[in-house]
Amino acid sequence: MSRVRVLVGTRKGAFILSSDGKREKWDISGPIFAGWEIFHMKGSPVNKERLYASQTTDWFGQIIQRSEDGGKTWEQPGTPHGEQATGADGMPAGESNKFVYDTSGENGKPLLTHQWYDGSPHPWEFKRVWHLEPSLTEPDTVFAGVEDAALFKTINGGKTWQEVSGLRGHGTGSQWQPGAGGLCLHTILLDPDNSERIYTAISAAGAFRTDNGGKDWKPINQGLRSEHIPNPTAEIGHCVHRIALHPSRPDVLFMQKHWDVMRSDDAGESWVEISGNLPSDFGFVIDVHAHEPETIYVLPLKSDGERFPPEGKLRVYRSRSGGNEWEPLTKGLPQKDCYVNVLRDAMAVDSLEACGIYFGTTGGQVYCSADNGDSWTAIVRDLPAVLSVEVQTWP
Amino acid sequence: MALIRVKLPAHLQILAGVSSEIELEVEEPATQRNLLNTLESRYPMMRGTIRDHVTGQRRPYLRFFACQADLSQRPADEPLPREISEGAEPFYIIGAISGG
Repeated sequence: MSRVRVLVGTRKGAFILSSDGKREKWDISGPIFAGWEIFHMKGSPVNKERLYASQTTDWFGQIIQRSEDGGKTWEQPGTPHGEQATGADGMPAGESNKFVYDTSGENGKPLLTHQWYDGSPHPWEFKRVWHLEPSLTEPDTVFAGVEDAALFKTINGGKTWQEVSGLRGHGTGSQWQPGAGGLCLHTILLDPDNSERIYTAISAAGAFRTDNGGKDWKPINQGLRSEHIPNPTAEIGHCVHRIALHPSRPDVLFMQKHWDVMRSDDAGESWVEISGNLPSDFGFVIDVHAHEPETIYVLPLKSDGERFPPEGKLRVYRSRSGGNEWEPLTKGLPQKDCYVNVLRDAMAVDSLEACGIYFGTTGGQVYCSADNGDSWTAIVRDLPAVLSVEVQTWP
Repeated sequence: MALIRVKLPAHLQILAGVSSEIELEVEEPATQRNLLNTLESRYPMMRGTIRDHVTGQRRPYLRFFACQADLSQRPADEPLPREISEGAEPFYIIGAISGG
């Protein structure tokens, strides 16, 4: 029987929302890790019962959690409750939350500083994991996008992490500056046709791509225009909020930038604006329909200064033409007095025949459309502020 | 060995699956460093949550108290007060009152 599982990260814990394929009745479990921020939670495509979660607070730092039973029980990889404090090699366990920047110089010169908000050099400081992207083929391999921006990788299920240092070291890293949310690597897209190709996006540095498994990287920001930087068309410095692709066409990318919705048909080599008739082209989320590669979804916000829906109306916008022509989707969504935000990792789609679209708000609602966006219902209304939403599908 | 009582904040209690107070046998001299080394060895899930993995520095939103005194800025290798090393008073790890 078809079913879905929605993984919701919030400011005060994780929640798992489960339903059959009708997506009408939901079982809500949680809070898991109550009181901790769960920036992101995602399942392995290879083993759907294996989930990874980024758990963090300003007080106690970063924790990585892993579940082998779909979220019923969790452990810090390499540090199960009640087991020895040291591994077989004599090294201490408890390193699943150890993210240390590579300063070895093996992948280019050691990179010691990036730019602070005022342009002064600032040392790299690990703060948290924003996004976990499990490998499409190996359940023990996961990529982590972190703040201060860097890409890390584990090949042992999260027990230990190593930086994919070619990204920071490719040449522009010392010029990266944080956005208001920090210097965060928030988007990781793995090309399903080419295991050597990975896309990442960083606020406020831009988008980057590797074609050799992470060794070499280059900025892919040509065509982006950002008025908040001295040179609006600079190679880097663009505050990319989210990138999405359809697995059947991994060279076609859709981007929600700080301002502007963009599209690339050549793996990021060049971008064109597709904001078209949107009421505002500021926003965070963007996603692609599971079965229609030219159908995309965004959720416009009024402006970067007023990060809530225009006119207090919560509207998802859908384009069935790959951009430029957009239609508002409002049925079931509040159309007055709505002033929530929808953060960059808080939209996802399932892959059931009638594609389900999901998004979570800073007001604690998680909305679901089981009919391609035509109508919406709130699965839950009163969670803590939602940071991330992912969906797992059993067809 | 000194038997030391440690009071933990709620988040770390949940993380380690322990109650608010735990007891640790700490190698003497009982110092902050020895105490935290023992704590992290026995509860490795707390590694990195109290002190930075690499620098060993106390995380900025945490403080250490004992015997109604703030020991946060005391040298890590300084012997702890006798009341702590004798188990009469607990060693408090406290999170800053902040956040939302």
